[in-house]
Amino acid sequence: MANPILLVENLVKRYGSVEAVRGVSFSVEEGEVFGLLGPNGAGKTSTVEILEGLRDLDSGRVSVCGLDPQRDSQKLKHEIGAALQSTSLPDKLRVMEALRLFSSFYKRRRSPEELLKRFGLEEKRNAFYSQLSGGQKQRLALAMALVNEPKVLFFDEPTAGLDPQVRREIYDIIEELKHEKKTIVMTTHYIEEAERLCDRVAIVDHGKVVALGTPRDLKSRAGGATRIEVRLSKPEPEGALKNLEGVADARQVDGTYVIHSNRPPQTIVAIVKHLEAEGNELVSLEIASPSLEDVFIEMTGRRLRD
Amino acid sequence: MKNFATLTRMRIQLTLRNKMFVFFSLVMPFAFFFLYAGIFAKGQPQVVRFFLGPVLSLTVMGSFWGLSAALVMFREQGILRRFHVTPVTASDMLASSVVANYVLIFPTILLLFFLSRSIFHVVHFGNLFSSFILISIGAISFSSMGLVVASVTNTMQETQVINQLIWLPLIFLSGATFPLAFLPHVAQQFSLFLPATYLVQGLQRAIFDSVPIWQLGVEVASLAVWAVLTFFLSAQLFRWEPEVKVPRKAKLFVLATAIPFLLLGLWENKYGNIPVLAQSAYDSLSKPANPGTSPVRPK
Repeated sequence: MANPILLVENLVKRYGSVEAVRGVSFSVEEGEVFGLLGPNGAGKTSTVEILEGLRDLDSGRVSVCGLDPQRDSQKLKHEIGAALQSTSLPDKLRVMEALRLFSSFYKRRRSPEELLKRFGLEEKRNAFYSQLSGGQKQRLALAMALVNEPKVLFFDEPTAGLDPQVRREIYDIIEELKHEKKTIVMTTHYIEEAERLCDRVAIVDHGKVVALGTPRDLKSRAGGATRIEVRLSKPEPEGALKNLEGVADARQVDGTYVIHSNRPPQTIVAIVKHLEAEGNELVSLEIASPSLEDVFIEMTGRRLRD
Repeated sequence: MKNFATLTRMRIQLTLRNKMFVFFSLVMPFAFFFLYAGIFAKGQPQVVRFFLGPVLSLTVMGSFWGLSAALVMFREQGILRRFHVTPVTASDMLASSVVANYVLIFPTILLLFFLSRSIFHVVHFGNLFSSFILISIGAISFSSMGLVVASVTNTMQETQVINQLIWLPLIFLSGATFPLAFLPHVAQQFSLFLPATYLVQGLQRAIFDSVPIWQLGVEVASLAVWAVLTFFLSAQLFRWEPEVKVPRKAKLFVLATAIPFLLLGLWENKYGNIPVLAQSAYDSLSKPANPGTSPVRPK
């Protein structure tokens, strides 16, 4: 770790008696895209909002661009850009007005005209916010995060609620920012997003980091094995499946048996044979190449879905 | 300072794009004005002049409705959160509401003056400087009160209910709708505890009796103190996030803003002459007491 631009140590955040963040630690390098991956309610948004200076922390230490978000929040706000979750703009504000207004708040500024062009909003420059589609609103949110040439960008669930095609549009934008060596901290509950965009990922669950590393690292840690998911007509002891050929790991998750195999063809044949012998039947079978989902299942015994 | 200015411009722009605003700030006051001037005053210039103060006060006091409710909506929709990640401060946000409000009442005010002159032939508007000062301080203090309501309510509905509860006594017991002289003695005593009364009576005296500003010291000072108090309180209670609920205790703080007028009301009830002045102004219009049922002779 050469010189982290962002540092989180043993961060704890409580809401009343609920501990939303329970001792999270990580650091982010300059020019890195760092992802917090986890299900809803894992504490990702709380963590990010503390880093943005929007919320106070209960214990631990955080530093962003060498500043304490709690004490130097005013200074910090000049250095960061953010696309928040569940935020909006006044209905009757026009796109160009929004960019101009928000850039007027900063000392360091980028031309709103250029951002408009870059985010494909030129045609919508005079449209009211309420007239924009979901994807256009999100593009505007990302453009607005850049008005002050921020040193660190925070994207909180940048593609939540968008349809797949629009989501890919947003990925392209974030990838472009990545090529420009922007430092980005993003949260997501989409595996694909984390794998495709992030240099490093912290997998978060119940307010704790359960795994941290590059997507490739994390996947190889999960054994790098192919995932075979089967549904059966009758329950089967996990142990019996674990002993089949090529199987690295087998467990039951929400009524499905998730089997990790190093030699998928052999394992599938073995499963079928085994079931036949037991008088059990295969209801469905799916094969997936290893992903961060496998890491999540391994660490938590649950699936990463809302 | 600069953020405050750009925010003010945005608030004015957004409000002008809101059709409801046009209705409440243009259509409503004129309906009231024509009701007063046409029916009560039967179009007689001196009586219209008598009612101009109260009608202007309605516009000035009405300023606590609009932008405070807009601020609650901004919070509910997560719009304030977006401003929270920028260097904009709570005071920027609140002060821009007050100033935008102030600017936005002037078209209505000027039109009311214009109509009085062109349609009802009112030639003398009393002391315009006094009116200007009272309108300014009144608009600032009432919109600050609106900000306090915005700060202590959690939803738009709650805001509307509380606004109604405040609004009704303010307009009916201050002389803004019925002349103060027209109210029973108990109501007159009660009215001296309401900030609205000082605005309405002050404005009426400025316009009808041409009272210079230095004779309106009590009115100006009390409204100014109240404006500072309510603005300060609203800044303390300001919340950016929709899910942060206001603590119960905060609602008690709000009662604290009533203290200056509680004290002033006690003092005025004992030593003051506001109802007497209101009575003599009213009597000067005509001998019979009801302006609606009897012909009125101008002086």
